Amino acid sequence: MSDRAETYAKIVELIEPFNKKGVAITEATRFAQDLEWDSLTVLDFVANVEDEFDVIISMNMQAEIETVGQLVDALQRLTAARD
Amino acid sequence: MTDLFSKFDPLIEQREALLETGVTDPFNLVMEKVESPTVAICNGKRTILLGTYNYMGMTFDPDVVAAGKQALDEFGSGTTGSRVLNGTYAGHRAVEQALKDFYAMDHAMVFSTGYQANLGVISTIAGKEDYIVLDIDSHASIYDGCAMGNAQIVPFRHNDIEALEKRLKRIPEGAGKLVVLEGVYSMMGDVAPLKEMVAVSRANGAMVLVDEAHSMGFIGEHGRGVAEAQGVIDEVDFIIGTFSKSVGTVGGFCVSNHPKLEILRLVCRPYVFTASLPPSVVATAATSIRKLMDSADKRAHLWENSKRLHAGLRQLGFTLGTDEPQSAIIAVIMPDLEKGAAMWEALLNEGLYVNLARPPATPAGMTLLRCSLCALHTDDQVGEILGMFAAAGRATGCIS
Repeated sequence: MSDRAETYAKIVELIEPFNKKGVAITEATRFAQDLEWDSLTVLDFVANVEDEFDVIISMNMQAEIETVGQLVDALQRLTAARD
Repeated sequence: MTDLFSKFDPLIEQREALLETGVTDPFNLVMEKVESPTVAICNGKRTILLGTYNYMGMTFDPDVVAAGKQALDEFGSGTTGSRVLNGTYAGHRAVEQALKDFYAMDHAMVFSTGYQANLGVISTIAGKEDYIVLDIDSHASIYDGCAMGNAQIVPFRHNDIEALEKRLKRIPEGAGKLVVLEGVYSMMGDVAPLKEMVAVSRANGAMVLVDEAHSMGFIGEHGRGVAEAQGVIDEVDFIIGTFSKSVGTVGGFCVSNHPKLEILRLVCRPYVFTASLPPSVVATAATSIRKLMDSADKRAHLWENSKRLHAGLRQLGFTLGTDEPQSAIIAVIMPDLEKGAAMWEALLNEGLYVNLARPPATPAGMTLLRCSLCALHTDDQVGEILGMFAAAGRATGCIS
């Protein structure tokens, strides 16, 4: 698996406990509209992602991330910048 | 033409649906007369006030009122200008001196409201390459201060020391860090673990700002707030406060020992580009602050009131925001907005005013009846309040 595919698989795994509606996850799945997450769910999910990848995803960055694919891209950039 | 107001339609509909049930509009109450810090006339009826921020009951203090009248006579009704132009009178300097004496700090800067104090200080000191780490339940004025600036905003779970520490450790080396905390969180009335959080922040090279709006005058040996009560006030870089709660008028401030604080007077836009407080307001504030220094008996009585109301409401079967009373705020958790509005109205009919609080002001989408006590609530009034909660709670089915 490529780096990106691995990141994507991990994100899908981290979404699962918060996927109360059982939405089928793709790169295009939107957090707000499709998963219908409220701000506390977002906080918990982001905290888990931050812990998993050891990065900070600031609210400024979150505002630019609408879809699962965009989150994976952002993580690729963040981990590349760190390493 | 797109109606720019169509984005408010869901809220308009929710509000109409609520009012259609016949309930009194909880966000449109008028106080026709105010008799004292604890009693007003609402809809022609004598009403005990349990939803004001008048924690220390200073609004009708004779010395405070006299100082305001004298300033009106001597300095007129308003300054018509910015603090940095024609808007600094002797009274503005005097209230800043009163704050320095109250907090035993080197610098004090007075803003026109507490909201502007947070807006101004946070947006100005944290710049583009800096990070602001803040509690997710922070007040709107803190979030708006973040939104107005250019810093990276990193929230952490409410009062979670470990979550704060983890985020601080991940911030790139060399970046400026500001941790923003509150002493008392105003929705649930709970207190922050400042001792631990301030230590973690310092250990990771962050400056610390604490909003003590809801603790001033009441919590801590000298009424300086939660940071004083937990013994870390000397480790806090900036304390933000307000005159609109215990002080009993309106205005906001920042006190600090930072040697360069005064430069903010020139670069902080919410300080510069607005009119300064009227002379009567700063005169009442200065008088009130000096009297609050010497209010240990009132502080003790307010704690008694808070403990008794908390225990009494619990005994009646209400669910409260905290397991034990931590401040002068006691939040009664309602199952939903409809039930909350019904209970709010039943209490008003009994002759008791509390705050109905709902999302987005509240955490986790809760509807709350927020009770805030006053040092001037008498023992009899606290007894009356509990009786009203019992009657209204049974009438609305909130308790059995």
